[in-house]
Amino acid sequence: MKSTRKFGPVVAALAAVLLTGGLAACGNSDTGGGSGTADDGKIVLGFSQVGAESGWRTANTTSVKDAAAEAGIELKFDDAQQKQENQIKAIRNYIQQKVDVIAFSPVVESGWDTVLKEAKDAGIPVILTDRAVDSADKSLYKTFLGSDFVKEGKLSGEWLVENKKSATAEVNIVELQGTTGSAPANDRKKGFAEAIAANPKLKIIASQSGDFTRAGGKQVMEQFLNSNPKIDVLFAHNDDMGLGALEAITAAGKVPGKDITIITIDAVKDGMKALADGKFNFIAECSPLLGPQLMDLAKKVHAGEEVPARIETEETTFTQEQAKEALPTRKY
Amino acid sequence: MSEWKSRFRALAGHRLFWPVVVLAVMLLANTVYRPGFLAVQMRDGHLYGSLVDILRLSAPLILVALGMTLVISTGGIDLSVGSVCAISGAVACLYISKQPDQDSLGAMFTALAMALGLALVLGAWNGVLVAVIGIQPIIATLILMVAGRGLAQLITEGQIITINADPYRAIGLGHFLTLPLAIFIALGAALLIAAITRRSALGMIIESVGGNAEASRLAGIRSGRITFLVYVVSAACAAVAGFMITANVSSADGNTAGLWIELDAILAVVIGGTSLAGGRFFLSGTILGALIIQTLTTSVYAMSISPQTALLFKAVVVIAVCLINAPAFRAKLVRRKPGLPPADVSGDQRKERVPA
Repeated sequence: MKSTRKFGPVVAALAAVLLTGGLAACGNSDTGGGSGTADDGKIVLGFSQVGAESGWRTANTTSVKDAAAEAGIELKFDDAQQKQENQIKAIRNYIQQKVDVIAFSPVVESGWDTVLKEAKDAGIPVILTDRAVDSADKSLYKTFLGSDFVKEGKLSGEWLVENKKSATAEVNIVELQGTTGSAPANDRKKGFAEAIAANPKLKIIASQSGDFTRAGGKQVMEQFLNSNPKIDVLFAHNDDMGLGALEAITAAGKVPGKDITIITIDAVKDGMKALADGKFNFIAECSPLLGPQLMDLAKKVHAGEEVPARIETEETTFTQEQAKEALPTRKY
Repeated sequence: MSEWKSRFRALAGHRLFWPVVVLAVMLLANTVYRPGFLAVQMRDGHLYGSLVDILRLSAPLILVALGMTLVISTGGIDLSVGSVCAISGAVACLYISKQPDQDSLGAMFTALAMALGLALVLGAWNGVLVAVIGIQPIIATLILMVAGRGLAQLITEGQIITINADPYRAIGLGHFLTLPLAIFIALGAALLIAAITRRSALGMIIESVGGNAEASRLAGIRSGRITFLVYVVSAACAAVAGFMITANVSSADGNTAGLWIELDAILAVVIGGTSLAGGRFFLSGTILGALIIQTLTTSVYAMSISPQTALLFKAVVVIAVCLINAPAFRAKLVRRKPGLPPADVSGDQRKERVPA
C-alpha cells in the first residue's frame, strides 16, 4: 500500500514528461498502418526528424509534411526528440514495414553504418536531409540534401566586400559565432573569413560565441561595444543572435544598420522584419523548406534514377529592399 | 604591529573576505587588460558601462540563487529553477503577445500574475514531492527540470515569441535612479528574504531543518511545512528571474531561457559559503557568488578569450575560487610556512548543525 502511494505521483510525473516532451511523437502512431508498398501504387516515405528544438525545425517539419501531401506521397513521420537511438529504432521500423524510401536528419554525425547497411541490404534507398553523416562508405545513402553552411558564410562575406569596396580606412568587424564546435558555426565562420580575405582592410577584431540565442548575442555584443570604440560591421551566425545584438547596439546609443552594418544568416521572420525595417543590412538564407525538393528526390530514387551525391537546398540572399518584397509571403 | 596582524586575521576570517578578494582580483585583471573596464559613463540619463552590465545581467542569477540558498539550507536542492524561468517567461510573453495593446500596464500585471501563479503551483508541486511524499529533492526537482522544458516549449509551440511591450521590457532594461531596474528588483527580493528570515526565527528554523530535520520536528518545528515553503519561494524567485531574462531580449525562447541557470545558482550558493549538506545559509555570500559568476562570464568576452578556451578558463577560475574559499585548503597552504600556527578548521569543515 505504502509503495503504491509513493509511486503514484512518480508515475503521474513520468506521464507528464511523456506528454509534454512527446506530443510530437504521436506521429509514431501512423507508422503502424499498412505494409510499405501500398496497393494504390503510392510511394511510401519514412522520415525521421531530429526533434522540435527551434522555430527553424518546426518550419522544416511542416514543409516536409505539406510537400508529401501535395506530391501524393504517403509519409510516415517520426520525431526522434534529439536521440540517436530513437532514430535508429525508427529506421529499423521503416525497414520492417518495407517502405519505399527512407529519409532522415541525423541527430549526430557518427554511428550510422550498421543501420544504414541494414537498409541497403533490404534494398531501401536512404536520403539524408539537413545534416550529414561521417560514414566512410558513401554507397550507404543515395544523396545528402541540405544547406551549404560554408556557402552561406561566403555569400555574407562577398556582400560585405562589395559593400565596403570604397572604404579607405580599416573596417572593424565583430563576429557572433554559433554554438562552439557545431557545424554551422564552424562552416559559416570559415566561409566568411575566406570571402573577406579579398580585402585586407576588412578585419575581424573580436569573435565570440553567442550560442545561437538572442540573450547570448546581446550579452556578447554589450561587451564588444564596451571594449571596442569603433565597430563598423557585425556578422552574426544566425538571426536570433543578431536580434539580441540589436538591443545592445541601441542601448549603446548607436543606430543599427547605419552606424554598424549588420549581416546575419537564416532569414527567419523576425530577422526579415528587422531587415525590412532597415536595422539589418543583409541576410543569407538558410531555408528549412526543403520538403518539395525531398519529395522530388524520393520519386527519383524510387524510380531508380541516378541523383547527385550532394544536393544543396534552394537558397537565396536578401537585401533590405528584397526583404520588404518577400516579407508578406514568408512562411516562417 | 601585532594589533594590525590580529585585525587582519579577524578580517581574513570573515566568511565574505575571500569571495570579495576574488571579485576584486577579477575586476583588477580586467582593468589591467583594458584600462577602461571600470569606466562608467552617463548616457541618456542613465549609467552605462561594463560594471553596470555585470550588475544588470547578474540580477536574474541573484534571484534564482537566493531561492536556491534557502532550499540548500534545508538540505535540499532545486534543479527545476531553469525550467520555471522558461515557463514563467513564456506564459507572460504569450499573454502579452495576444493583447491588442501590448503597452497596457494592466495587461502586463495580469501576465505577471498569471505566470507567477503558475510558478507557485509548480513550486508547490516540488514541495509536495519532497516534503509530503518524501522523494529525494534531486530526483523530485529533476522531474520538473525535464518536464518543465517541454511545458515551456508547448506553451511557445516551439517558436520564439517576440513581444513589443515597453512596460514589460522595463523589467529587464528599465532604469531607476540612473541604474538598471533589474538590480533594484533583485536587491528588493534579497532585502525582503533577509528581513523575513533574519528578523524573525524563520531563518534559524530553516537552518535547523537543514541541520537535522528529525530533531527539529521533535523540538516542535513543522519540518515538512518549512521544506514545502522553501520550494515555493524558490519557484517564485525563478519566475521573477524568468521575467527579467525574457524582458531583456523582449522574447520568450522556451528552449534556451534560463538554461543551466540552476547550476550557476548552485555554484553561487556554494561560493557564498552555504554548505550543500544544509544548515547555515549566507544570503550576502550568495549575492557575491552570483556577481563573481557574472563577472567571470563578462571577463571572457571583455578579454576576448576564444570560445574554445573559454570553458576551460571558467573551470580553472571556479576551481581556484572554491579552493581559496575552503578553509582546509588555506590551512594547508599556511601550514607549509614555518612560524604560523595552523588555522582552526574543525568548525568550518563539518556540516554546521544547529542544536535541536
